[in-house]
Amino acid sequence: MTPNLHLWLIPILPLAGAAINGLFGKRFSRQTVAAVALAFCGAAFAMALWIAAQFSSLSLPHVEVLATWLRSNGFSVDYSFAIDQLSLVMLLIVSGVGFLIHIYSVGYMWEEGGYYRFFSYLNLFMFFMLTLVLASNYLLMFVGWEGVGLASYLLIGFFFLRDSAAAAGKKAFIVNRIGDFGFLIALFLMIKHFGTLDFQRVFDAVKPFSPETAGVGFLTAIALLLMLGAAGKSAQIPLYVWLPDAMEGPTPVSALIHAATMVTAGVYMVARSHVIFERAPSALMVVAIIGTLTAFFAATIGIAQTDIKKVLAYSTISQLGYMFLACGVAAFSVGIFHLMTHAFFKGLLFLAAGSVIHAVGGEQDMRKMGGLRKHIPWTFWTMTIATFAIAGIPPFAGFFSKDEILWRAYQASWIYWLVGVVTAFLTSFYMFRLWFMTFFGEYRGAAEASHGHDEHAAHGTHSGPGSRAEAPFHSAQGGSAPHGHGGIHESPAIMLAPLVILAVLSVVGGWVGWPGSLGGNNRFDQFLGPVFRVSTPAVNSEHAQAGESLPPEKETEGAEPKTGQRTELIFTGISVGAGLLGLFLAWLLYLRRPELPDQLAASLHGLYSAVAHKYWIDELYAWLFVKPLIALSGTVLWRGIDQGVIDATLNGSADGARELSDEVRHMQSGNVRSYAAWVAVGATAVIAYMVWVGLRTP
Amino acid sequence: MAALQTMQGVPQAGDYIRILPEIVLSIFGMIVMLLDPVLDERRSQRTLGGIALLGAIAALAATLYQAQPRFWGFGFFDTVKLDAFSVFFHFVVIAVTILVILSSYEYMEVQQIRAGEYYGLVLFGTVGMALMSSAVELVLIFIALEISSISTYILAGFRRRSAISSESSVKYFLLGSFATAFFLYGVALMFGATGSTSIARISAALADYAGTGHGPMLAYLGVALMFVGLGFKVAAAPFHIWTPDVYEGAPSPVVGFMSTAPKAAVFAVLLRIIFEAHFSETVWLIWLAAALSMTIGNVAALVQDNIKRLLAYSSIAHAGYLLIAFASLPANGIPAAMFFTASYAAMNVGAFAVIGHFAGHGERYVMLEDYAGLGKRSPVLAAILTVFLLSLIGIPITGGFFAKFYVFSAALQGAHPLMGLVIIGVINSAVAAYYYLRVIVVMYMREPREDAPVAPISAGLGLALGLSLAATLFLGIYPNPVLKYAALSVGLLH
Repeated sequence: MTPNLHLWLIPILPLAGAAINGLFGKRFSRQTVAAVALAFCGAAFAMALWIAAQFSSLSLPHVEVLATWLRSNGFSVDYSFAIDQLSLVMLLIVSGVGFLIHIYSVGYMWEEGGYYRFFSYLNLFMFFMLTLVLASNYLLMFVGWEGVGLASYLLIGFFFLRDSAAAAGKKAFIVNRIGDFGFLIALFLMIKHFGTLDFQRVFDAVKPFSPETAGVGFLTAIALLLMLGAAGKSAQIPLYVWLPDAMEGPTPVSALIHAATMVTAGVYMVARSHVIFERAPSALMVVAIIGTLTAFFAATIGIAQTDIKKVLAYSTISQLGYMFLACGVAAFSVGIFHLMTHAFFKGLLFLAAGSVIHAVGGEQDMRKMGGLRKHIPWTFWTMTIATFAIAGIPPFAGFFSKDEILWRAYQASWIYWLVGVVTAFLTSFYMFRLWFMTFFGEYRGAAEASHGHDEHAAHGTHSGPGSRAEAPFHSAQGGSAPHGHGGIHESPAIMLAPLVILAVLSVVGGWVGWPGSLGGNNRFDQFLGPVFRVSTPAVNSEHAQAGESLPPEKETEGAEPKTGQRTELIFTGISVGAGLLGLFLAWLLYLRRPELPDQLAASLHGLYSAVAHKYWIDELYAWLFVKPLIALSGTVLWRGIDQGVIDATLNGSADGARELSDEVRHMQSGNVRSYAAWVAVGATAVIAYMVWVGLRTP
Repeated sequence: MAALQTMQGVPQAGDYIRILPEIVLSIFGMIVMLLDPVLDERRSQRTLGGIALLGAIAALAATLYQAQPRFWGFGFFDTVKLDAFSVFFHFVVIAVTILVILSSYEYMEVQQIRAGEYYGLVLFGTVGMALMSSAVELVLIFIALEISSISTYILAGFRRRSAISSESSVKYFLLGSFATAFFLYGVALMFGATGSTSIARISAALADYAGTGHGPMLAYLGVALMFVGLGFKVAAAPFHIWTPDVYEGAPSPVVGFMSTAPKAAVFAVLLRIIFEAHFSETVWLIWLAAALSMTIGNVAALVQDNIKRLLAYSSIAHAGYLLIAFASLPANGIPAAMFFTASYAAMNVGAFAVIGHFAGHGERYVMLEDYAGLGKRSPVLAAILTVFLLSLIGIPITGGFFAKFYVFSAALQGAHPLMGLVIIGVINSAVAAYYYLRVIVVMYMREPREDAPVAPISAGLGLALGLSLAATLFLGIYPNPVLKYAALSVGLLH
């Protein structure tokens, strides 16, 4: 007898919170708003923990059907949720990290207007994200998929009355629509070929197929289209451009949506669809190549950014690239492992960066920071842990997952590995650059931290009267100094607590994947094994030429031969070395010889300029797509056909018809005669076509 | 004509039940017209609006009554046919009428338009639209089309003091008559080719041609001409050109009306002609019209600053999405098209109700910049409009999502999937997000403009908005019942 876990409650709880705050929040005090948001989000997390506690007694995958959604023509979709090892991991990450970021936001957003709206949107996001993770069919997953995009749009664009924020929100939404286009078409193809969108049934239908090694079959097409969707949501080449702009949103949003959860949805979706991808080797290769390129490309841009959040944004894109690289070499569980550790350390990096921004009064430019470690020790130490974690220094969490990815990548092709290691070096370099520029040296900002956050200033119109009356969380500086108005100050406890928890996770979070080569037994891999083990396709044979005999997915690391372990240790050494080299170089350039970077930039002028301008990709896209479309719309279709061309070309022919009524002749816009001529032209075309059809028909 | 030969007796009692909604609507329409001159001018609006509303509700009840399968069948010498298909469209058309009357109530007062014949015309127009969906004889279809069209021509010019409204009416009338002439000529050619105007007989006659070795050229010409006429009515490219001007000038509730109800009815006719008469040769014609409508509609909408023009282009684009279903296999295409009409009706009537309310006296505020800060000045109105816009974009859990989802999915079934058309469609819906979002951005992210006041929402409008909002969300969250009912029609038409 399988227990009824009421999985549907998990997403519904935050939705209830969103509804309460959205409908009545205006009349609530800030405390009430925060309490509602935290209670409902926390309840979802508690349920996730409760499910984890009895997880071993479930028969997996555990599916719960709530209701029939639609049923027609033999095709049916249900409102149904499912939990297995993969979705449990995602569920715990999303609800856990989400809850921590909710707590942090209570303090961070305290002085902002629209407090209730913010928490309403944040809870709404949780609803969609949890739906995405728990859905047991592609259609419900797509609802979550679109929903998180919408919530993200609300949180980027709706929060600040800034043109750049509105534009960023819109850009994120539309770029994501391009990705969704791929996802949708993939769904249609699934309906066509399998007659279902249910995960289990789709995968069962796919299993009998052997990998499409020769040519592009429909499985490859589906996989590639899914990857297009994933590239949009997870900010991969060529659709990564929206994520850096999305940093316009409040920092907790960047942490939750644009680092820890939503942007990893693409990785989750690819891993979830592994049965399809495994049968489409060329699609898998595309995934690996996109991942590798994105990881490297974004890391190079990260080097020259001066905005602390932009550095982290490019770093997120780069790290997501690692996850796709892992998926692309069919090491899905490793991709999810990195997804998890990344959620910890990148969430932490953003929250700590928020704390830094908070401390220096809204400044985001690292060139105006420096020497902050003495002023904000908690932030400094937690951020230090996160920096070491992302740089891949043992024994921090990022080391284990990144090392595992590089090792598995090497087994597929040494090129993936090489680019991966160089990226690891770059990652370490730009992260320590950030670390040194922010916390070491002399403070380079104005003597007094400027008054109020930029965000606050821009957002002033939202705050109603009396919204700044209370500031109970700002006692760290002696209570009397309202934040943003004093000097550099540490954040309140409610913001620091999540930092500390995430810091602990950033240290120990990777230990569950302690590899066999270092004397562990990679329990994480074993835990996810059943999800990814179900099929053992012949994908690996393609990589056999790399000279290594790849252990099939179902074998654990411990089963590897000793020689493999020794090689793995050497590779571990190399990737740690790359991290340390980055640390050293950052130290040299940004602490020891701070005049060097400028000289370097000057001597490498062309290259530096390309990197600093993000390779002009935004400009390229504008030139390639946006401008032609606007020109077509504005010049050709609107001023041209609507107003000009027809009038000009057809008026002559219609001159004879002048004796129409007064009313017609005095029309202000749009000419009836030319419109009629337009209809006549269309009619001629239609008639000609049908006559042609008639002549052709025997 | 074929129908005449069978005209031997008098109509049976059951025949009247088969056109019960039309009868009810006509009676109430006449009551409104008769009372109009008698009533005090200042009070007439409320009373007549109330009577019209009552009439529409009674017609809806009549539709539900005739929905019992025991009444289904042919009537009036095989000129009308009551079945699940016609009941579905009766319901959609009459429901739209109710919403439009509800939202006109306040609009006519604000615009200070004497409204007597307005409600009468709305009801008479609905008679034509309802009849179109149940008529299975081309001459009757033509008459129904004219009843519906003439009402909408007049309704489009109802803001008599506005030059742009009269202009819109005249334009619509001239071009509309032009297009109707095409349709009528098509009917004549069809009669010449097959010796009948009954769709069933035409279908049988065309089947006979199949073996004879020479193609029914006249029939092809006839279909081409009918397609031109109907294509004009649904604003499909390349016959869409009138739409922006007419929508811009016509009163907003009327635009809400004529962009949904008559279109639904004409699409019903098109479904009957294409699927019941087995005109599969039109596939490429429809393919092209769909691709053109979607692309022209969406791309041209990108730069519109007048919200009514913007939604006019959007409705051209939506006609394009819908046409995709007509190129699909009947088993999937018919229910997809029916579902699409219903959900488009819900969201578009709602959107125009908001626009009509916000436009103020003389429809002064219809530019995008007038919507600046609406989210702050009238949060409820802005939120409701946002839902309709999201549905028009096609975001899940709204009716608009499933409408597109079914249409695209239908097009990919069968041996010859319309992959190219679906790709054009999905890319178009990505582009379209831009201009709908533009409205949302202006409403929420621009500083409020004090000089465009927002009146409080009246009860009638509130009800209309609530109903269309509920319908839009219902079709997104629980589409199953509607889809099931639509699927009943597959066997009937094919």
